[in-house]
Amino acid sequence: MHQIIGKMFLEAFRNPFLETQHDAAVMELTGKKIAFTTDSYVVHPLFFPGGDIGSMAVHGTVNDLAMAGARPLHLSSAFIIEEGLPMGTLWKVVCSMRDAAKKCGVQIVTGDTKVVDRGKGDGLFINTTGVGIIEHEQKIAPQKVRAGDAILVSGDLGRHGMAIMAVREGLEFESRIESDSAPVHEVVLDLLKAGIEIRCLRDLTRGGLASALNEIAEAAGMKIAIEEKSVPIREDVHAACEMLGLDPLHVANEGRFIAFVAAKDSDRALQILRRHEVSANAALIGKVVGKSAPLVTLKSAIGVQRILDMSSGEQLPRIC
Amino acid sequence: MKFLDEYRDAGLAEQFARELHRVTTRPWKIMEVCGGQTHAIVKFGIDELLPKQITLIHGPGCPVCVTPLEMIDKAQEIAARPNVIFTSFGDMLRVPGSTTDLLSVKAKGGDVRIVYSPLDAVKLAEQNPAKEIVFFGVGFETTAPATAMAVYQAAQKGLKNFSMLISHVLVPPAIEALMSSPNCKVQGFLAAGHVCTVMGFEEYFPLAKKYRVSIVVTGFEPLDILQGVLMTVQQLESGRAEVENQYARAVRREGNQPAQELIKKIFRVVPRKWRGIGEIPQSGLGLNDEYAAFDAEKKFGVAESSVEESPDCMSGLVLQGQIKPHECPAFGVKCTPERPLGAPMVSGEGACAAYYRYRRQLGTVAAK
Repeated sequence: MHQIIGKMFLEAFRNPFLETQHDAAVMELTGKKIAFTTDSYVVHPLFFPGGDIGSMAVHGTVNDLAMAGARPLHLSSAFIIEEGLPMGTLWKVVCSMRDAAKKCGVQIVTGDTKVVDRGKGDGLFINTTGVGIIEHEQKIAPQKVRAGDAILVSGDLGRHGMAIMAVREGLEFESRIESDSAPVHEVVLDLLKAGIEIRCLRDLTRGGLASALNEIAEAAGMKIAIEEKSVPIREDVHAACEMLGLDPLHVANEGRFIAFVAAKDSDRALQILRRHEVSANAALIGKVVGKSAPLVTLKSAIGVQRILDMSSGEQLPRIC
Repeated sequence: MKFLDEYRDAGLAEQFARELHRVTTRPWKIMEVCGGQTHAIVKFGIDELLPKQITLIHGPGCPVCVTPLEMIDKAQEIAARPNVIFTSFGDMLRVPGSTTDLLSVKAKGGDVRIVYSPLDAVKLAEQNPAKEIVFFGVGFETTAPATAMAVYQAAQKGLKNFSMLISHVLVPPAIEALMSSPNCKVQGFLAAGHVCTVMGFEEYFPLAKKYRVSIVVTGFEPLDILQGVLMTVQQLESGRAEVENQYARAVRREGNQPAQELIKKIFRVVPRKWRGIGEIPQSGLGLNDEYAAFDAEKKFGVAESSVEESPDCMSGLVLQGQIKPHECPAFGVKCTPERPLGAPMVSGEGACAAYYRYRRQLGTVAAK
């Protein structure tokens, strides 16, 4: 995926907005700075513990706007519906979107609906596009990352991916793992209000923490060092990952982000994060080492350093 | 976390490392047989805690890696057929055959599905009576009981649309083949804990005696491995060639006997070709005559073929512990997880994948 984006989309559509490789593009319109982003949602099953495709489609796009430091305002919503999808199911999804939008303080102001033949879709695909307004002077982008910056993660990792996998594959773990799908813009706006010097934000979706760190290391041309022990992972999620041979640092999240902040603001930022329910388990996980060939290293549980790689393709459960 | 954090404690790891530095007086070469252990060693950096005189040699214990090329090709041929649902453990899907892999067969329309247990494949056969369900049965003694159970259940249920492509392999014959090779430098083995939970470790006594090697049944967590290495070095330093059990919390000397009986009921021991190594006598499992109806090779009449590995791939030498992955000129250049030449670059237990993933830019790959 990362290579497709780099070699095809970035190559073909090249412009300064796209080149920042950020979650949302930031631009000025009639003197106002706005953020603009889009995302498509193809989750299966449509309903899962802790959320559904509808709430996820709202949270995901709201979060992408938040990663540019924007206050989310308006969303569009496009539905691609597979013939035969029960109307009751669609209504449930729509209601969930309505509730999520209300909670996030955004309006769904335009949309589109297409129906495809049976067998040509997976029930329902949703695309949402969002615009938000930027009300501060900070420039938040990977290129702003500096040596010494502290790296904070907003909560425990891997819950969304493992929740989906458990339902999809019929795996039963002792405790029910719920997706972490949630909006995070209020937290980000609070950080900005408090004057925290934010260098870069990135939400942790597919590919997990490992992919996000590698993407930023690459876009910033920096070496990043993380401590495995500091990364919050819930016991049940960790156990489920161990059992399947998956690495929680590569597993998807839907309500988590990393924040690169100036080292001097690290403690204060952490306090603010922990005041919000969605980021109550926030932690300091590492720092930016300095200019270098892009690299993310991880100090393992027993204290030895290794590479934290970007995952290639989907993680496949192992044999034994 | 329970049963995990206890075995990943940095302080205890340091104590083991200190003890190892204290007892080691000479160079020793120790092979960890299992690919799961190789990954733990590279992922946690266990080898970097060891005294310089101790070299860990990575062994052939990656079931995905040693499944012969011809068998991968057969799997793809069956998976591409129109009425087949081909099921497999996840990490077989990216393994390159002579021309392509199972994921590509899937992308071209083959019905290839990941299952977590062979019993899921039996369930699929019940739910899809009009389809042929094939399970790719690979693995060491660890997964053999589950494969055997699937065949047994399919037979009990009278399922006619279920079969297996079997490439099960056995650990002790592989150790024997390695030890009898004139190039063998291994002085001690960490035997794979999971295999021994099923089989016990009585099979290793004759090997320890015949080849004068120290063998320690070892678990998979960092502290397990460090203790396993320490026990092996203590044996080597005192001139002992014994079989010991570090993984006593899971392994009994006689193993899991009901599981062994099930394996014996369904399978017989057969010669088996190992990818990168060649044929090893009495080193695999094949279906007993009574269960021959479940043999996918016979059912689908796939032709025997002989295909060649890429000449650039040195995975055979890697699997035999004769070179480390990064010593292969193709490593990270012509061979990457996206475009693998050999199976060890894509398997979850492959040594090349471990080195690529955890070490390729750290400059530590050349340290040992």
